[in-house]
Amino acid sequence: MISGAAAIAGIGATEFSKDSGRSELRLAAEAARAALADAGLSPHEVDGLVTFGMDSTAEIALARELGVPELRFFSQVGYGGGAACATVQQAAMAIAAGLAETVVCYRALNERSGRRFGQVPRAAAEAPTSAGVDNGWHYPMGLGTPAATVAMIARRYMHEYGATSEDFGRVTVADRRHAAVNPKAWFYRRPVTLAEHQASRWIAEPLRLLDCCQESDGAVAVVVTSRERARDLPQRPAVVRAAAQGSGPGQFVMTSYYRDTLGLAEMSVVARQLWRQAGIGPADVRTAVLYDHFTPYVLMQLEELGFCGRGEARSFIAGGAIELGGRLPVNPHGGQLGEAYIHGMNGIAEAVRQVRGTAVSQVPGDGPVLVTAGTGVPTSGLILGP
Amino acid sequence: MTAIDDGTPLAAGTESAIMAAAARIAALGECGPRLARDPVNLPMIRNWAEAMGDGNPVYTDAGVAAASVHAGLVAPPAMAQVWTMRGQHPASDPASDAGDPLGLMSQVLDDAGFTSVVATNCEQAYHRYLRHGEQVSVRSSLEDVTGPKRTALGEGWFVTTRSTWLAGQEPVATMLFRILKYRPSAPAVPSAASGVLRPVVSRDTEFFWAGTAAGELRIQRCGGCGAIRHPPGPMCPRCGAASPGYLVAAGTGEVYSYVVHHHPPLPGRRLPIVVALVTLAEGVRMVGELLGAGPDDVRIGLPVRVAFVRVDEDLTLPAWKPAGKEGRR
Repeated sequence: MISGAAAIAGIGATEFSKDSGRSELRLAAEAARAALADAGLSPHEVDGLVTFGMDSTAEIALARELGVPELRFFSQVGYGGGAACATVQQAAMAIAAGLAETVVCYRALNERSGRRFGQVPRAAAEAPTSAGVDNGWHYPMGLGTPAATVAMIARRYMHEYGATSEDFGRVTVADRRHAAVNPKAWFYRRPVTLAEHQASRWIAEPLRLLDCCQESDGAVAVVVTSRERARDLPQRPAVVRAAAQGSGPGQFVMTSYYRDTLGLAEMSVVARQLWRQAGIGPADVRTAVLYDHFTPYVLMQLEELGFCGRGEARSFIAGGAIELGGRLPVNPHGGQLGEAYIHGMNGIAEAVRQVRGTAVSQVPGDGPVLVTAGTGVPTSGLILGP
Repeated sequence: MTAIDDGTPLAAGTESAIMAAAARIAALGECGPRLARDPVNLPMIRNWAEAMGDGNPVYTDAGVAAASVHAGLVAPPAMAQVWTMRGQHPASDPASDAGDPLGLMSQVLDDAGFTSVVATNCEQAYHRYLRHGEQVSVRSSLEDVTGPKRTALGEGWFVTTRSTWLAGQEPVATMLFRILKYRPSAPAVPSAASGVLRPVVSRDTEFFWAGTAAGELRIQRCGGCGAIRHPPGPMCPRCGAASPGYLVAAGTGEVYSYVVHHHPPLPGRRLPIVVALVTLAEGVRMVGELLGAGPDDVRIGLPVRVAFVRVDEDLTLPAWKPAGKEGRR
């Protein structure tokens, strides 16, 4: 069993900015070194590296910069931000199988100053792969950006369940409120009101500017090792209680439009595994770090994860339930809407801080922390605990 | 709703939200003083006077200045704003940045889509000359916000701020400064024939694209069990047969969901456009641009009929138009 085999012993990050002024390789190296220092380990002890298939920094390039002499395990997980929690799952599996002992998972991107995911990606649209063929059913028709692909599902969700743009905006308000007290957050001291959300311009109706997460430059890395070894290291271990990947029926990347049931089926696949592995249920979760590239998918995740029934998320989040002090504080660091868009890796770092008790906005208690990865794509999730 | 130059509707409530934000920022009054980076100094004056072509020696020649009515070196009054400029790479200063009324108001308008800026008016009044060595600071307040106005540049809002430069507590110069924050009119976009993203066509999907070129909307039908499927693939997920065929759809359906795309620009299209996910009469769903129906005309459940948009001899795209109505191309 994967549950309890491994723990996150170190976290590291660069600053989060709009223009890092340095290469993605350098950002990866800085974050990895910071994570290793946090764990009290040296690069010589690293024997595994895991990243996203979308990351521009190959494991061997990072190993060279860090001075890692030998790698015994290296892996890249596909499907954009859906990879975030799966990098830790890969590391935990390698450790549980005895293939590696100290694995660094990393994501480094100049997503604002370099390649911006929100623009129409001609290369992806025209790649001679199964993914390229898939894209041919959407891009040429004018559906060419992540926001637009989410907007298509969001519109139908509003139609079926009565959700409104204000309901989506409540996610933004919560994230920005949390970011406003997080000095590492890009939107530190800059909360927004629901009225400001409603006044923000259309990007792809029904999504407004403030329904879309920001674009960021930066890197985050985490160090995964065995639970036993983590106990001997300086930081309180964040034990991997559950780690899962999921893909659903009729799965596409951002365009799973041909299913019978409206929803994020892939997150349901992740959720069932997480609860079973960890032996807990939604009511046991102390705080949840939910992937928030676009607000409607935060509502739909709450449903797929079982925090509420299908179509009931707008009632669940009413009255500040997902804000600090609410019944399920979501994204206490400010999420990707408020802190930074590091493809979900900064959310894992926040979950580790919540387990350690070192978060800027610490959610009281010692209960498990849930983290999810990119939605609308094959995805992943984690439950961390002491 | 307010229609603007490029046809993009303003969200209901945008105007009142902008006015409310303006009132809130104006009520803050003068922001805290922001200090000049350096005291009034000769090197800066020398460079400025040279760039401006101002050869008056009272600014740079101590001897001449001592004998003048000023009885010493002074700074050109029009340099008032120069002293408190933030520089090419301003260090972030949350204390002063947070209260800067022009910055705050610009952010509000940026978020509402009025992302472009042009300065329109600058009126300065000078109360006295500054002397070398004096430390200057500036305080600003929001004077006025008016709009939305139609201008040649596009629809926008005029923002006026008042700034006062101080030496110690003494005002030495004031400025009324007005900018236009506007949404640029949509640039001319080349015709749909150029730049549109092209599908990757594989052996499994070429029947579909051959169909659109021939004016047929083809849906894959399994040669083994007859199951229909879109998007198509080489092997039937129901029976496993690798003998796909197709049927020609009736070409009618209804809108299952839709998107009104405003931003960012799309190759080969003039925005906004409506893209609809349509449930065809045969039961499968398919994505296409909705032609001949604007953002206010589309709704879930709208009956549509297929249209074919010929891009060039190699590509014809499927699209939709409202049923019972001739769609525009």
